[in-house]
Amino acid sequence: MASWSARRFERHTLTRHTANWLLLMPALALLVVVLGIPLIENFYRSISEPNWTITNYTAIFDNSVTLLILWRTLEAALIVTAIALVLGYPYAYLMTRAGARSRAVLLAVVLIPFWTSALARNFAWIILLGNGGPVQELLNFFGFPNTVLYGTTAGVMLAMSQVMLPFMVLPLYAAFGGIDRRLLLAARGLGSSPAAAFWKIYWPLSRRGVISGIILVFTLTCGFYVTPALVGSPQDSLVSQLLAQETTELLNFAAAGALGTFVLVVTLALVAWANRVAGTASIAAPATRRPVARRDPA
Amino acid sequence: MTSVQHSPAATEEVAAFAPRRRRVRAGVEKIPVWLWVVGVIVGLYLVLPTLIVIPMSFSKSATFAFPPQGFTWQLYENFFTSSVWLQALRNSVVVGVLVAVVATALGTAAALAFDRLTGRVAGFIRTLMLIPLVAPGIVLATAIYITFLQWQLTGSLLGFVLAHTALALPYVIISVTTSLAGFDPQLLRAAASLGASPVRSFLRITAPLISRGILTGAIFAFVTSFDEVVIALFLHSPTFQTLPVQMYNSVTADIDPTISAASSLIVVIVTLLFLVPLIFRRPDRNR
Repeated sequence: MASWSARRFERHTLTRHTANWLLLMPALALLVVVLGIPLIENFYRSISEPNWTITNYTAIFDNSVTLLILWRTLEAALIVTAIALVLGYPYAYLMTRAGARSRAVLLAVVLIPFWTSALARNFAWIILLGNGGPVQELLNFFGFPNTVLYGTTAGVMLAMSQVMLPFMVLPLYAAFGGIDRRLLLAARGLGSSPAAAFWKIYWPLSRRGVISGIILVFTLTCGFYVTPALVGSPQDSLVSQLLAQETTELLNFAAAGALGTFVLVVTLALVAWANRVAGTASIAAPATRRPVARRDPA
Repeated sequence: MTSVQHSPAATEEVAAFAPRRRRVRAGVEKIPVWLWVVGVIVGLYLVLPTLIVIPMSFSKSATFAFPPQGFTWQLYENFFTSSVWLQALRNSVVVGVLVAVVATALGTAAALAFDRLTGRVAGFIRTLMLIPLVAPGIVLATAIYITFLQWQLTGSLLGFVLAHTALALPYVIISVTTSLAGFDPQLLRAAASLGASPVRSFLRITAPLISRGILTGAIFAFVTSFDEVVIALFLHSPTFQTLPVQMYNSVTADIDPTISAASSLIVVIVTLLFLVPLIFRRPDRNR
């Protein structure tokens, strides 16, 4: 009896293979309709309108306004990445060193921007950065009188860095967890200064986390739309706003398609590269790193 | 030759030295004060923007001025008596619940499939499904907008649910996959040997064991939709808009301080929702 059932179970595994593909179909169908078709159409428009050329792509680099906006986006993303690294590195390091309870608090704090509604967060930054707001008072105190950051690129970068910090801290924290701190003690024991021990041992060993964090923050920052629109000013628009403008105001769908495809390809290429170099680049890392053939095939 | 002779000695020295050093340092090695100072400053930077919306929502001031003045429930009254705000809230909840249901069903099925399919094609499809996590929202939003215009899905419930489900799917897939990692497939073999059909063994064994992953995925799906603004800004119409779109307009067009009340409500609701899986943690572990 038992062996008959077991055999039936084995036979099931063959039909199961087909069943598994069937389980996948609804999700796949939805993504084809909602993401696949729009993105492919987008690309198709960009190379077929007004006729079959790549002029929509060369136009990106011929137009001085577009180039200026691309450059500004790149600059903002680099600065935000640098701020996130400089603030996130010591914070993540503190997390590895703190006791269990402090660590739980530090982790909860770093996750707060994740679950704060995007609109609530940006609204808060409008208040914080506005005229008479606390940031102005703080700058006053440090000898920068009457500086209002609301409506400036600096204000936008401050608001973006806050929400990007978790994306820097979490990969760093994961990487720090794998570093054997006894190596530092060994270096100290051999006469190295604390700074030298850090730069020669800890920093190189944390490289994977640093690369993951940098790529993640950089690519996500390049795609920000709501924060520059609400906290910044239209004169300092970033590439997302240009894309929105071309789509809804200028109705230049072919140009928007080219710019969108360009941004998407650059983003995905960077993420793929980081995945290869660092192993874990996305927040999807814990799931994707799981060995696929973990199971007994039966 | 010297180096060869030297190195074991050096290792020995380190080996002898390190434990002693560690024992001494374990008690002494304190976290430097400057590190705590940096940690506290960064912590405040992370937390303050979330905390500030709550006192602002009780302010008497009619503008967005800081600091908040006085104490009044006026903004909440505005929110709960305005048909525009309430309709936006209702739309957001309806879209969010539908997205949670659809994304959880499709995502759980997909996660189960990915868990058993080991081929390269399945791996590739899985990567494709995670793209919405890293792709810039604005690129997806503009592409979806133009296509949905042709299909006449803009400004419709169906359009919002479809678009938000695509964004929510990866979260469900990840959280269900994570809970499947602790699942012993031998249980299914045991169930089959006792005569259970695959459907029955899913309902009686797999589903209860991965219920926390499914619940977490459903909550993430709801919150992803409830808080989504970029695609919503493109898909909305005067007759159908969600809460984030109304909040966006209240900053850019109306200068309506009711947004403080809306922000506080969202912060509180979302925080409570994320606490739900924590409540369910204990019974799940005991099972």
